[in-house]
Amino acid sequence: MEKEEIYERLNKVFRDIFDDESIVVKPETTSSDIEDWDSLEHINLVVAVEQEFGMKFNMNEVTTMKNVGEMVDIIMSRI
Amino acid sequence: MKELEYPFNVEWLIKNKKKVKKQLLLKENFIEKNIAILGGSTTSEIKNMLEIFLLNYGIKPNFYESEYNKFYEDAMFGNEELDEFHPDIIYIHTTNRNIIEYPTMYNDEKTINDMLENEYKKFENIWTKLFEKFNCTIIQNNFEYPYYRLLGNKDAVDIHGKTNFITRLNQKFYDYANKTKNFFINDINYISSCYGLDKWANQFYWHMYKYAMEVPAIPYLSFNIANIIKSIYGKNKKALVLDLDNTLWGGIVGDDGVENLAIGPEVPSGQVYSEFQNYLKEHKSLGIILNINSKNEYENAIAGLNHPAGTLKPDDFIIIKANWNPKNLNIKDIAEELNLGADSFVFVDDNPAERQIVQDYVEGIATPEIDVPENYIKIIDRNGYFEVTNFSNEDLKKNDLYKDNAKRSQMMSTFENYEDYLLSLKMKAEITSFKPIYLERISQLSNKSNQFNLTTKRYSLADIEEVNNDENYIKLYGKLEDIFGDNGVITVVIGNIKNKDELHIDLWIMSCRVLKRNMEFAMMDMLVKKAQEKGIKTIYGYYYPTAKNKMVNNFYDLQGFEEVSCDEQGNKVYKLDISNGYKIKNNVIEVTE
Repeated sequence: MEKEEIYERLNKVFRDIFDDESIVVKPETTSSDIEDWDSLEHINLVVAVEQEFGMKFNMNEVTTMKNVGEMVDIIMSRI
Repeated sequence: MKELEYPFNVEWLIKNKKKVKKQLLLKENFIEKNIAILGGSTTSEIKNMLEIFLLNYGIKPNFYESEYNKFYEDAMFGNEELDEFHPDIIYIHTTNRNIIEYPTMYNDEKTINDMLENEYKKFENIWTKLFEKFNCTIIQNNFEYPYYRLLGNKDAVDIHGKTNFITRLNQKFYDYANKTKNFFINDINYISSCYGLDKWANQFYWHMYKYAMEVPAIPYLSFNIANIIKSIYGKNKKALVLDLDNTLWGGIVGDDGVENLAIGPEVPSGQVYSEFQNYLKEHKSLGIILNINSKNEYENAIAGLNHPAGTLKPDDFIIIKANWNPKNLNIKDIAEELNLGADSFVFVDDNPAERQIVQDYVEGIATPEIDVPENYIKIIDRNGYFEVTNFSNEDLKKNDLYKDNAKRSQMMSTFENYEDYLLSLKMKAEITSFKPIYLERISQLSNKSNQFNLTTKRYSLADIEEVNNDENYIKLYGKLEDIFGDNGVITVVIGNIKNKDELHIDLWIMSCRVLKRNMEFAMMDMLVKKAQEKGIKTIYGYYYPTAKNKMVNNFYDLQGFEEVSCDEQGNKVYKLDISNGYKIKNNVIEVTE
């Protein structure tokens, strides 16, 4: 799968989870860029991303992931 | 909303819960309830999911959520926020993660028994404290099985095993629940088994976020809690409306002939339908009314139901519609004949097209996607339509009551004068102040009655107990029996005494199965008598319109009240001056106190 397609699908997940059609995720996007992205929503986001791409993050990845770019790199390496 | 019925698309739910919530909030006529969640682990998503399931049931929750793992502190030592919250329901979300001390192989039997007692007492103290303080309803999780078994299979058997310890602890919870009103167990032991314990106990979610189950399992948990709550507030379904061909038996009776239907022990497909018929028949003992809605010639339908291997017989059904009318129209007729709202029906049909048309045209009806015959039972069962919280003996007799009503309407057609008919029923009523044995039924009635209900005020059992103990209320129930049978407690009036000589009627409800029997006039007579004894001069009545209570729109006019005001929404206030006497209205029912 191309990186572009991953961003496209990821963007849709973000928009659904935060119920905000104006979101455009970029590699450098972090939780401070999206208002509702707190630790509790983060869990739902991770679950939704896992389900979207049919993969699982491990504990270490979830705790060290710094931005959307790193999330995409992990997704790329799994599918 | 279809997406909020079992089986769930969890992926879709997690992503769309915010949109779903917005959409559900567009509906009207919610009942509002304060729900406190006291958690022993993270509860955020449990709350979010619970909210949308409750909204879907017409219940709008306000939430209090304890700080992480502060269920014990909140319950035992209280806090201001919780005190001011006045919860209607407290949900205690604890799991086996909250068991402080488990037995080890070094412990002797006495130590383990003490351990068990300590663990149990901790919870009993919480419940006692919360009941004392809030007098509300408590929903408590039992414990799920541990995710590993140190002793292997012996873990279940030996007192040193965690599995054994949890089983014993659960049993103590059930003993408490069986002797305590307003206390309900949320059976996560069963829910986690259905979901699959390995997945449920996915340790990733505990170590990452302190969730005691994996996040995708949460909709199942929250749905289970929502079902208990909606049942407490009288929002259970009341009747099954069943298709015949390929629903109650395999094959089409009109084409294949009775002798070729799949039902009975001989072949696997016949066994499946037999078990399904047994499952449906069991619902009669819960007071669920069974009806038929089938596209068939009537004679063929009856012939199919008389199949020697079938357990459901024509006599098990209250109404049988077997004709070629659209099924949604048949359902409207059934609702009218039973005097029940069609939104209290569960329509079971193997044909998706029939389910669709019924879903589209009958608001609020459930049309479970029953899938293949071997899944029929599971899908109906998991939906929790008939969740039992307050079971009363009335429920056992309900099918007979509806049968009696059918006989009454037959008899009615032989009389020309309606009053002669009423007199021929030889009705006897008991109308008097609340008695402890009926409080449960009274609460149930206040939550179930929608049509003959002037104010649609709902009373939990705790609320009714409060009214019963308060001298400032006149509270009457009425029982009615006639030559065909005893209807039990079917009407309730609660009046609040204010300013010494005013009585304000907070609640006036009656079960629709005794409509047009003049019972409301007998109640009025008794209410006035009781009011006069208390020195009341004026009685105030209130009518608040809802989507369902149009039938009592002019109730107080009929009772001789004078309209005082009516606002834009149609909320009406009435009064009746009884200081200069009152003329008895009922002359067909013999009343005792």
